[in-house]
Amino acid sequence: MSLLKVENLKVSYGGIEALKGVSFEVAEKGSIVTLIGANGAGKSTTLRAISGLVKPSAGKIEFQGKDITKLDTQKIVASGIALVPEGRRVFSNLTVLENLKIGAYLRKDDAQIRQDIEYVYSMFPRLQEREWQLAGTLSGGEQQMLAVGRALMTRPQLMMMDEPSLGLAPLVVKDIFAIIRRLSQQGITILLIEQNANAALKCANYGYVMETGRITMSGGGMELLNNPKVRDAYLGRARK
Amino acid sequence: MICVKKATKLMLYGALIAVLFVALWVLENTLPKSTMLFTVLKKGVIYALLAVSMNLLNGFTGLFSLGQAGFMLIGAYTYAITTIPVAQRMAVYQYYEGGIVQFALPVFAAILLAGLMAALFAYLIGLPVLRLKSDYLAIATLGFAEILRALVQYDKFGPLTNGSNLLRKFPTFSSVLFPFAVVAVCLFLIVLLMNSTYGRAFKAIRDDEIAAEAMGINLARHKQLAFVISSFFAGVGGALLAMYQASVQASTFKVAMTYEILLIVVIGGMGSITGSVLASFLFIACSEWWLRFLDTEQFLFGVQVPLLRSGFRMVVFSVVIMVVVLFYRKGIMGDKELPDLFRRRKLPKEAIK
Repeated sequence: MSLLKVENLKVSYGGIEALKGVSFEVAEKGSIVTLIGANGAGKSTTLRAISGLVKPSAGKIEFQGKDITKLDTQKIVASGIALVPEGRRVFSNLTVLENLKIGAYLRKDDAQIRQDIEYVYSMFPRLQEREWQLAGTLSGGEQQMLAVGRALMTRPQLMMMDEPSLGLAPLVVKDIFAIIRRLSQQGITILLIEQNANAALKCANYGYVMETGRITMSGGGMELLNNPKVRDAYLGRARK
Repeated sequence: MICVKKATKLMLYGALIAVLFVALWVLENTLPKSTMLFTVLKKGVIYALLAVSMNLLNGFTGLFSLGQAGFMLIGAYTYAITTIPVAQRMAVYQYYEGGIVQFALPVFAAILLAGLMAALFAYLIGLPVLRLKSDYLAIATLGFAEILRALVQYDKFGPLTNGSNLLRKFPTFSSVLFPFAVVAVCLFLIVLLMNSTYGRAFKAIRDDEIAAEAMGINLARHKQLAFVISSFFAGVGGALLAMYQASVQASTFKVAMTYEILLIVVIGGMGSITGSVLASFLFIACSEWWLRFLDTEQFLFGVQVPLLRSGFRMVVFSVVIMVVVLFYRKGIMGDKELPDLFRRRKLPKEAIK
């Protein structure tokens, strides 16, 4: 049984069909799966549909064998799917600690929550140093760490990340991908959306290529990375 | 360790409040009753509650609502209608043969009912209106308050509301301790709420709705909750205002009243409870007391001072608003609370332990 299975998913905004029947799956627990594609391919819409922020017009989403297509966002988050939204979207007028506590909003177990805050701090010591600072005053990289930490506070089985490298310096992007690898080593499955196809495919176990609302290619991370078509479209022609 | 700290903190606050009440009691027994100070204290503390309840919605949850006067009106009328002694009803409802309400509730029950009625109206209005955002929400709530004011004055509702006539002869308070006690309880409840997970969720919604929703916060439910709670306290504040004025008339609950309270919230700082409280005392002291002289013609060395005449006070206020909006956009406190100013920066190591 695969962790997440999306079948023939269709989403339209007004009259425009953003997703025209997308099917893919995240099979293994602890793996990194990536969706790559150009702007407007429907990557973010796919994530938004999975987390229930937009309702699909057709298709089915299964998580751990259960149909979650029609559930509310709260139920979906509670069942173990966390979303790290595009552009970080931390609560800028709340402190770092408050941001993390909001992440645990649906949980009631205070002792466990405290433990998880410690766990997030152990992963990102920088956040502990800035505990009482307003999130809006953090640097871009720190805000991304906070967004990941906040998502971790929901105790996710599956973490979906929407363009975590957006607007960050190359060195910071490297850190972010190191974090993604570390999370997957700890058993959290990652569904990663990226325009930075090179970096995403390098760390992914499996990848899908999206074009204008459809999945056009799929394969292992390295396999796609070496695929001439993908190289042409997303990585630029190899300069040799 | 944090428990010990919390306990001492609570004791400290409790002691401060006790000192405040003792000081008020001493003042009341030493100064003559007619001093302006008591007017300012009474009205100031009622406005503090009204400002905090508006701040709960506008400052903490980020819902820009201008329905405050409407909810105050509901509170004031509910209180007045249910507490006028039966024997006095004939005199008050003289054009409506004594009205249709023929019972009188105890004062505290009526204050509670005033809050609940305002909350009920807020719930019903919130269902359609809270789908709107920012300016549109402000216009809709403003419209609601205006419609309500017109409806209450409507002649056909006279047996219930006494039409456009005054409601009076209901129980009031004379001691300044009464409004302080009621408001203290209300503010305590609001502070508890804002420090709970609900309070954090409200602030999260204000900062970023989409991220809040992605964290599993039910937007519609929380907005509705904030709207209802804010209106409950506006209703209680309305009831207290009725008691303070000793009479109620719908025509006084104008938009200007909402703007006055909004002004207090902005001066105090959007998102600061203590800021709203400080600003409301400051505002009432200025408008009722310190700036009174602006409204009366004065002579200095036999020459009449120019500009000073009735209404000039409001001109000065308008200038103050402009200065605040231009230069002190965050208000007195920003979104900080008074205790934050005394707290030293915590070292990173002693965090969560």
